[in-house]
Amino acid sequence: MQRTSVGARWARRISAALLFTSLPVAAVAQTAPAAPAAPPVKLGIVTFLTGPAAGPFGIPGRNSAEIMIEMLNAGKVPAPYASVGLAGAPILPKFVDEAGSSANQVTEFRNLVQRDGMNAVVGYISSGNCLAVAPVAEELKALTVFWDCGTPRIFEERPLKYVFRATPHATMDNVAAARYVLKKFPDLASFSGINQNYAWGQDSWRDFVAAMKALAPKATVDKELFPKLFAGEFGAEISALLTTNSKVVHSSFWNGDLESFIVQSGARGLPARSTMVYTAGETAMFRLGAKIPDGTIIGARGPHGVMAPDTPLNKWFRGVYEDRFATAPTYPAYHMAQSILGLKSAWDKAAATKGGQQPSIDEVVKAFEGLEFEGPSARIRMAIGNGHQGIADIAYGSFRFNKAENKAEIVDIVRYPAECVNPPDNMTSTAWLAAGMPGAKCN
Amino acid sequence: MTGSRILLGAAILGGLGAAAPFTPLWLISLVTLAMSTGLVVCGLIILWRAGLVPFGQALFFATGAYTVALSGRWFGVNDAFLLIGLAVIMAALVALLVGFLLAQYREIFFAMLSLALSMILYGVLVKSETLGSTDGINVAQASFFGMKPRGPGYTFALFWLALGMVFSAWVGVSAYLGSVAGQLAGAIRDNEIRVEYLGISVTRLVHLKLTISAALAGAGGALAALSISHVDPQMAYWTTSGGFVFVTILAGAASVPAAFLGALLFEVVRTIAVALLPGGWQLILGSVLLLTILFVPEGLGSLMIRKRANAAGKGTA
Repeated sequence: MQRTSVGARWARRISAALLFTSLPVAAVAQTAPAAPAAPPVKLGIVTFLTGPAAGPFGIPGRNSAEIMIEMLNAGKVPAPYASVGLAGAPILPKFVDEAGSSANQVTEFRNLVQRDGMNAVVGYISSGNCLAVAPVAEELKALTVFWDCGTPRIFEERPLKYVFRATPHATMDNVAAARYVLKKFPDLASFSGINQNYAWGQDSWRDFVAAMKALAPKATVDKELFPKLFAGEFGAEISALLTTNSKVVHSSFWNGDLESFIVQSGARGLPARSTMVYTAGETAMFRLGAKIPDGTIIGARGPHGVMAPDTPLNKWFRGVYEDRFATAPTYPAYHMAQSILGLKSAWDKAAATKGGQQPSIDEVVKAFEGLEFEGPSARIRMAIGNGHQGIADIAYGSFRFNKAENKAEIVDIVRYPAECVNPPDNMTSTAWLAAGMPGAKCN
Repeated sequence: MTGSRILLGAAILGGLGAAAPFTPLWLISLVTLAMSTGLVVCGLIILWRAGLVPFGQALFFATGAYTVALSGRWFGVNDAFLLIGLAVIMAALVALLVGFLLAQYREIFFAMLSLALSMILYGVLVKSETLGSTDGINVAQASFFGMKPRGPGYTFALFWLALGMVFSAWVGVSAYLGSVAGQLAGAIRDNEIRVEYLGISVTRLVHLKLTISAALAGAGGALAALSISHVDPQMAYWTTSGGFVFVTILAGAASVPAAFLGALLFEVVRTIAVALLPGGWQLILGSVLLLTILFVPEGLGSLMIRKRANAAGKGTA
């Protein structure tokens, strides 16, 4: 092979030298902290650390896990979580990136459990990853708490023993959105929707339409738009929405799509004709601020963020989070915090029945089933999915930019009880919505 | 391909199979998954030698994977061997069909057209809400001739199945590459017109190569579906195809075993990188590939071939 010139050879040597020297430096920077004295509980935390979902969801989740674990280990979390770690044992976390295919996630989950000997795993934002990991968690008998994924299918397709999800599923986001919309617009004649063309967007729109059919049978669907995920440019869709008479436009957008759609539709005057409903809008409200039109209906997948009640636990959580990261915790931070607190409650409960000894995983599983515990923003009841799926209240509100204080606010907040927006235990969410939401208790 | 090499290969794979019960389980599932990629790469080598780089091999990979998932879900087919057979047939059928179009094209046009076809499948899967859209669907655990191993036994069974598939693919592909049709690949790459003058239809030959490589991709997809227990449209996405091309560059087209070693190396590097640098593992993966391209431009396989050639005192080809 006589193809390389002297220059190219040097370029090769220099680039190789740079790569080799940079790798160990980067690796050293990541070494774990010294192990505590008592035998720790190893906890795998899986969240997006890279890629498009890292900014709005993954990083707030990781930040929240970081401070929650640190504070639990120090025994600094307010009552009822003042005891140290998990039943006295400190938590030793290992963070794993969720980016990559579901095949990668299944492989890394096996690595966490079988290679690294994790006692439990708290993880997964993507519903696809949750669905892929659930059967493996069952096979390995590994206690797994899903913390952010939304699909109701997890426990509806088959009962699971070792998998839990304290965070309520996405059906309640859209049922509550429908209830809030009809409170604001009781005589709504028609509505439209713009959602990303993938499972989250399709499911959100399907649930919203079904809830609207049940609550306001006369309201018709105008335009159903499904631009592709991360399209980033919505000129044609905005034109289509401008031709409708819909008073309300539903959207489950998130991340860059959410932000660019808000800016682009604002520039073309869409908010003057239709009120937008963003079911996951809370993640963008501080970054966009005044760019969001007043009156926009904003959801937070629970009573999280600025819609959270003023309890001591919540005040403490906001305080430490803002001190550390110089930004308010958005809903993914709450989802992570309540998942870790759920695990702690189950762990402590199981230990209490054994006189304070460390429980086995099967004992924690038994204690977790049907558990009720206090999250920073709401009381969570593991009431459906055979006691493995949490339900909680949810809040919706309207956006307002406070010019005097230069602050994004949510006003007209309405809080819906868990039973008002979640299916009962013996029914799948699609069947419940199709039947007109029987048994919903809204007072 | 001599009898002694087949025996050597069988001995190595048999040794791996026998070592399985003494190996950590996570490593076994990792190797099984790498073997599924290796099968696809094995098929890519056949096209690669003829100068064809498909950027849409994920079409056949996903066809195989979804065949396994849907045969179980809709028709209750549960036997692993039957499922893999069905997946191979389906993938080959799809290739036979699209081959009438694809085999007419070469170079970048072949690459882009195959990419377009795989993205059509991706689009259809994303739009089908009954198949779970982007979330995908679970694959039920398979049985093996009526036996239903569960827990670690299932992981072992799949691993042994993977070894069997690797062995058949290795023997079959080596035999094909050694045959007249296989040897003509280089001639097609260099000068198609001369091949036509030999009285051979290049289009038909490319069509055949495409179908064989698709059957291997289907087998890889089936194995991946069984070992992950989940399929999703990401399997048909262009980044998946890109990953296969990537491993082919890493392994090189010179040798069939290198396809499996390359796939294994890729998976091992990725998993170590994820453990080492949770927030920047792509940096390590990218660096390894860059270094491979800089220092072993013809792939890992070229190292094995070079060694053998040097031993024979002939110098590099």
